[in-house]
Amino acid sequence: MIELQHLSKRYGGGSKLAPVQALDDLSLSVPEGCLYGLLGPNGAGKTTALRILSTLLAPDAGSVMVAGVDALTDPRGVRRLLGYVAQEVAIDKILSGRELLALQGDLYHLATADRNGRIEELIGLLGMQEWIDRRCGTYSGGMRRRLDLAAGLLHRPRLLVLDEPTVGLDIESRAAIWQVLQQLRDQGTTVLLSSHYLEEVDALADRLAIIEAGRVIAEGTPQALKDALGGDRVTLRVREFSDATEAARVQDLLQSCPGVRQVVVNRSQGYSLNLVVQDGEVIARLRSQLAEAELPVFALAQSRPSLDDVYLQATGRTLMDAELSVAGLRDPKVERKQSMR
Amino acid sequence: MTSATPSLGPLKTVAEGPSAFAEIRQETLALTRRLFVQLARRPSTLVAGVLQPLIWLVLFGALFANAPEGLLPGGGSYGRFLGAGVIVFTAFSAALNAGLPVMFDREFGFLNRLLVAPLRSRSSIVLASVLYITSLSLVQSLAIMVTAALLGYGWPGAAGLVVVLVTLLLLVFAVTALSLGLAFALPGHIELIAVIFVANLPLLFASTALAPISFMPGWLGWLAALNPLTFAIEPIRAAYGGTFHLSNVVLNAPYGDLTAATCLGILAALAVGLFLAIRPLLDRKLT
Repeated sequence: MIELQHLSKRYGGGSKLAPVQALDDLSLSVPEGCLYGLLGPNGAGKTTALRILSTLLAPDAGSVMVAGVDALTDPRGVRRLLGYVAQEVAIDKILSGRELLALQGDLYHLATADRNGRIEELIGLLGMQEWIDRRCGTYSGGMRRRLDLAAGLLHRPRLLVLDEPTVGLDIESRAAIWQVLQQLRDQGTTVLLSSHYLEEVDALADRLAIIEAGRVIAEGTPQALKDALGGDRVTLRVREFSDATEAARVQDLLQSCPGVRQVVVNRSQGYSLNLVVQDGEVIARLRSQLAEAELPVFALAQSRPSLDDVYLQATGRTLMDAELSVAGLRDPKVERKQSMR
Repeated sequence: MTSATPSLGPLKTVAEGPSAFAEIRQETLALTRRLFVQLARRPSTLVAGVLQPLIWLVLFGALFANAPEGLLPGGGSYGRFLGAGVIVFTAFSAALNAGLPVMFDREFGFLNRLLVAPLRSRSSIVLASVLYITSLSLVQSLAIMVTAALLGYGWPGAAGLVVVLVTLLLLVFAVTALSLGLAFALPGHIELIAVIFVANLPLLFASTALAPISFMPGWLGWLAALNPLTFAIEPIRAAYGGTFHLSNVVLNAPYGDLTAATCLGILAALAVGLFLAIRPLLDRKLT
């Protein structure tokens, strides 16, 4: 459905600012009917990629195909296929929600009767009955996001593109939006969303790409990505508070245990031990080994690898650390300008 | 939140075939409707827009009421002379400001909604503003003309109304196109306001709105005779002067006499030229 090939995009390079390489040879392929997640920290290039896909921005290099239509030579063809829900919700405060949807319908050239029927349908689908005729200026964040989603869906696009659709939303609105996205996917709409919430992408996406510094560093289904890492994660404490010596002793003891791939002492967590083990069966072996050495077990928790582990493996840092490290580098004023067209 | 399943299948669009006209009409009317709804819910714009030119008319008319005989070429009162100037300047100001709402839409992200939509032509955004500003200008012009009549400055008659309509449409078209082009090209509203600020009053003073060319120093007369506002003012002023013919000479420019038809022709050429010139700006993408 979507083929992005070798996209590059560089911003700025003006007198004062160092240029920013927003996209660096990014390639991505989204199959039809897929709910696809773009995961990455803020500043990774997710929004730039989506804006290029939505024909708002021209790449410096690369190609963009949507359902066989070339977005660079036939942007109007792509605009017809695609619904775009931007990150910053843009509404006209003076219009009511219904008037905004009617305007949107006319911009997509829907016939009036179809347009009005479709608006009613979406009001029901997104639970907007109570407030749709009030002015948009009075809406809460969740209401605005729902209205914006309705606007994106109005012309029944084959492809729905959403940029951070649930950022800053209350739990109820988030659940509502998730449900609609899953429903759409079940009915055959291709959905592409960006997010920097691991849980969101993990719970929603059929496939995902992890983006960092403008390139794709991992791609696949959440399960396959986690399975590729392999092994289970085990957190072990022999006592509530061990000391370094004891932790080192346990580390030595367990490292030799068959099926254990890695043992790391986690100082900041009171010398607990983080293990990567082949599978669940290793746990019993661990327990008997500890018992033989007459060591107690205060706590032992086992978990499957998470997307955060995938991210850590691919980049060498956690998503949280990545977020923090870019937070200081961004210039909101410059970004506002970039988002202005 | 209900789990009602929306029916699938393509929605019928107005133009199943590629009827460009139907699509452009639909998107233009929708955008125009938005502007009028905004006006209806924020009527202060309209009230101020009608009051301001009336204040101009009364104050300027009074200021030059005792102007020496012979200031005006055809004789007649200054108030009668001024009416056409105020009508044109009011429409011009409104059109020059047309880019501002578009710039704010751009800054708030609303414009993106229009730019990701498959508009048949982004000129629809210009056309919507032209329709809106022209309608607004006609309301303002009627208020000016009625007030001028009440002040004893005369009434141009039905033919005059047609001249006003045609002239304003051409001028508003040209200036709105320019302003919207700037709204797409300039970095932000500060820069746009600066341009409007610099262009607005100088174009007024360097036109025949407030004084005839014969009253001006030579260099200013040349500027006024090249100023598009003058080409709009003089046909309307001629309509105020009595019987109006397209072939009547309405402007004695330093470079020769111009008929009403020539003035309107220049405005039309300007409108078409600017409309075409800003097309690339509308399709521009940030690179």
